[in-house]
Amino acid sequence: MAFEAVIGLEIHAQLSTRSKIFCACSAAFGAPPNENTCPVCTGMPGVLPVLNRKAVEYAIRTALATSCVVQRRSVFARKNYFYPDLPKAYQISQYELPIALGGHVDIEVDGGTKRIGITRIHMEEDAGKLVHEGDFAGAQASLADLNRCSVPLMEIVSEPDIRTPEEGGAYLRRLHDILVYLEVCDGNMEEGSFRCDANVSVRPAGREAFGTKAELKNMNSFRNVEKALEYEIRRQSELIEDGGKVVQETRLWDANAGRTVSMRRKEEAHDYRYFPDPDLLPLIVEDAWVEELRGTIPELPAEKIARLERQYGIPRYDAGILASARALADFFEASAAIFGGNPKTTANECLHWKDEALAGKLSPETIAHAVEDRERGTVSATASKKLVELVLATGKPFRTLRDEHGLTQVSDVSALDAVVDKILAASPNEVASYRSGKAGLLSFFVGQVMKETRGKANPKMAQEVLKRKLG
Amino acid sequence: MTNVPVHEWTLLEAARKVREKEISARELTSALLARIETLDPKVHAYITVLPEASTALASACDEDLAKGVVRGPLHGVPVGLKDIFCTRGARTTCGSRILHNFDPPYDACVTEKILGAGAVLLGKHNMDEFAMGSSTETSYFGPTRNPWDLSRIPGGSSGGTAAAVAAAMCFAGVGTDTGGSIRQPASLCGVVGVKPTYGRVSRYGMIAFASSLDQGGPITRTVADAAMLLGVIAGYDRRDSTCVDIPVPDYLSAADRPVKGLRVGLPKEYYEGGGLSPEVREAVEKALKALTDQGAVAVEVSLPHTSFALSTYYLIAPAEASSNLARYDGVRYGYRSESATGLIEMMSKTRAEGFGEEVKRRIMIGTYALSAGYYEAFYGKAQKVRTLIRRDFAKAFEVADVLLTPTAPTPAFRLGEKTGDPLTMYLSDIYTIPCNLAGIPGISVPCGFSAEGLPIGAQLLADSFREETLFAAAGAIERGLPVPRTAPLKG
Repeated sequence: MAFEAVIGLEIHAQLSTRSKIFCACSAAFGAPPNENTCPVCTGMPGVLPVLNRKAVEYAIRTALATSCVVQRRSVFARKNYFYPDLPKAYQISQYELPIALGGHVDIEVDGGTKRIGITRIHMEEDAGKLVHEGDFAGAQASLADLNRCSVPLMEIVSEPDIRTPEEGGAYLRRLHDILVYLEVCDGNMEEGSFRCDANVSVRPAGREAFGTKAELKNMNSFRNVEKALEYEIRRQSELIEDGGKVVQETRLWDANAGRTVSMRRKEEAHDYRYFPDPDLLPLIVEDAWVEELRGTIPELPAEKIARLERQYGIPRYDAGILASARALADFFEASAAIFGGNPKTTANECLHWKDEALAGKLSPETIAHAVEDRERGTVSATASKKLVELVLATGKPFRTLRDEHGLTQVSDVSALDAVVDKILAASPNEVASYRSGKAGLLSFFVGQVMKETRGKANPKMAQEVLKRKLG
Repeated sequence: MTNVPVHEWTLLEAARKVREKEISARELTSALLARIETLDPKVHAYITVLPEASTALASACDEDLAKGVVRGPLHGVPVGLKDIFCTRGARTTCGSRILHNFDPPYDACVTEKILGAGAVLLGKHNMDEFAMGSSTETSYFGPTRNPWDLSRIPGGSSGGTAAAVAAAMCFAGVGTDTGGSIRQPASLCGVVGVKPTYGRVSRYGMIAFASSLDQGGPITRTVADAAMLLGVIAGYDRRDSTCVDIPVPDYLSAADRPVKGLRVGLPKEYYEGGGLSPEVREAVEKALKALTDQGAVAVEVSLPHTSFALSTYYLIAPAEASSNLARYDGVRYGYRSESATGLIEMMSKTRAEGFGEEVKRRIMIGTYALSAGYYEAFYGKAQKVRTLIRRDFAKAFEVADVLLTPTAPTPAFRLGEKTGDPLTMYLSDIYTIPCNLAGIPGISVPCGFSAEGLPIGAQLLADSFREETLFAAAGAIERGLPVPRTAPLKG
């Protein structure tokens, strides 16, 4: 039996605000335990939350970038449960009335585009974390680090429109890139700034009704999400084929073992006793603010890829990689602006030196000069690469290094004529062989020219001169 | 007036005399501390007395004054706070074992405001545990007694504050009112108590019971004192998102504003029930006469949803409380059970041992009301009824400027009389609860005594942010019905 998967993703993105969502503490990662805390985020008696306007702004920008409808009125609720990393014993989270509803993003799969619906975007606060002394099972004590408490999170829930692990991966990457473009999330998956849970079910191909879903958690990289989805789809399909039934449950992805394991059955699910938080008034977002924020939305990845492809005539694949980081695309465009030439060469250079460019170690001038000198034949491909490495090592300008190291190519025909004459005179046997039909010897002569000019000859030109003289 | 003992001065008198250097803050404070030492073993209005801190603060006030610095309208005047307001450096227990050792690292907004106005904090007043009660008997630290009759309760939950003010063991105090917790004890102790409009006084640092109902307010011996003190503690605070940013008017001048032409509404539902004691009815009628004698006009009004208020309140308040009190888990501060071995056991034993019966009862009710499948029928429905109650008041205030009602159905009852029957206890707040549900301001002002010599209070209610009208009307009752304000308690 052929099965089709139905997948919905829930993305938890940490908003990169300076302070927490309900107090003024720093939201920065990596501070010593409990350093970024105050009476409010540690849930002391009598304290009250105050909503961070910047967090709302970031959520609205995300909503606008994903074609969601920003809700004029949204409500923060309390999600009640006991856990030592949750100081108030409730998490403040938007529940029935979130900040945004009904959007979509387009992803590229199999050479086409597919639209994935977004059900909702809501804001909530993060919890702290527990550190266990010793191994988990035999721990003598648990220590609570509340630095993360009340760090602002945004949850983006997709429609069950995803059908394959590849689509899931593409959707996740696209949303990741959008959030990073918007500068509302740093996108760091290792530090947990960008996390993802998945709802997965399978159904016989062609059937309308959804199967029973499992919720997957603990997938901390794009690759792991794809692998976990693959595994889970296979597990559910095999289970059904063997006459079994999928049960509604939460499953954890075990990256080392490469499988998902059951964590909690539906009947074990908590009753969170949600109710509107009486300490926070309903959030009213004025239209004027939304319109103001609409004007701050930058060109987003999909638009940028299409424009780069159209404007520079570069392959879509190249445009896609360039646009995966806003800074890289900007770098490419700055280089291309300094030297027009063939943008494909510029794109190649930018992709080759991607990490260095993103790390700010190279300037667009360096790439522009490298491309220009190569296209004009002043510098060989080998020398160009060597020079960029020298720029990285010394910080000196490309052309200063070129002249200092004498890496200019000989592209002067009369100069090459003399060299070629000399070489042909010195190799009468090879000349004879060539002329009798051993065309492969041409590279021998080119090699000799390069040797004679200590690599400075323009190989293409040397070849032309040789061909002419060898007749 | 020269032979009025120091402790019986009004708050305004005491403040003026300190400012005019008739008495030093130090002398005033030691007089009050001496009185607390003598009387509080009988009354037990204080959970914590702060002799050293208050003496030091009084000295600092005196030094400032010597340099010509007046900190504010309460400069050098000893006052107390209900032990629900966080005070940095002084433990804040909320009347509970679970916070018996809690030292807040911050001051409540109210604490900051009274200290900023120059007050000397004498100590922290006893209260029903987490403000849940109407008699101050649920306090982990033992009950407070009514200064007018030590065999009786002072009301609650701000019973410690009302008793301390009535026994002149402070010039004023700040209590909190979720369903009547300022007004009912004020009525039972013969003092003035104000529940301001929701959002008028910041709740920051005031330990939450039911967030959408809680409001701090003054308890004093005179209407003018209450008006002055409200002026100190009211105002916008950005740390409380429910606090309203509108200017604080001059409440003090409102206290002797004439009431000629004032429309006094009498909500018929408040006078119909069988629970109203004839003595209370009679006293409230005298209050009405005092008002009409000064030119006010009585009008009958109806608040048709009044009978639903108590049940609505006992769904909303416990629901919010069940969530607000969930943070007391023994993990970070307060009481922690030492006998537990695992995490879940530690949390549940801490809560089982740290909370008293009434608190646990309300947590159970609230948890149930919010549970999946019951939410709409209970909490959701209660919110709808709350809207209807709010509309009742809005309609009444179209024809009346203030509403006059009894504060409590009976004068103070005896210790232990109602502890066995929570429902009877809950009925003590039947006249005060609708005001909290509607978010409007209310005041209780003394209007007489029972045959047994127990104080009786009249309640006045006004539309949101019309506290000035309350002070005007209460001032008129006070002028028309002069009654002693300090309990005749001997050391």
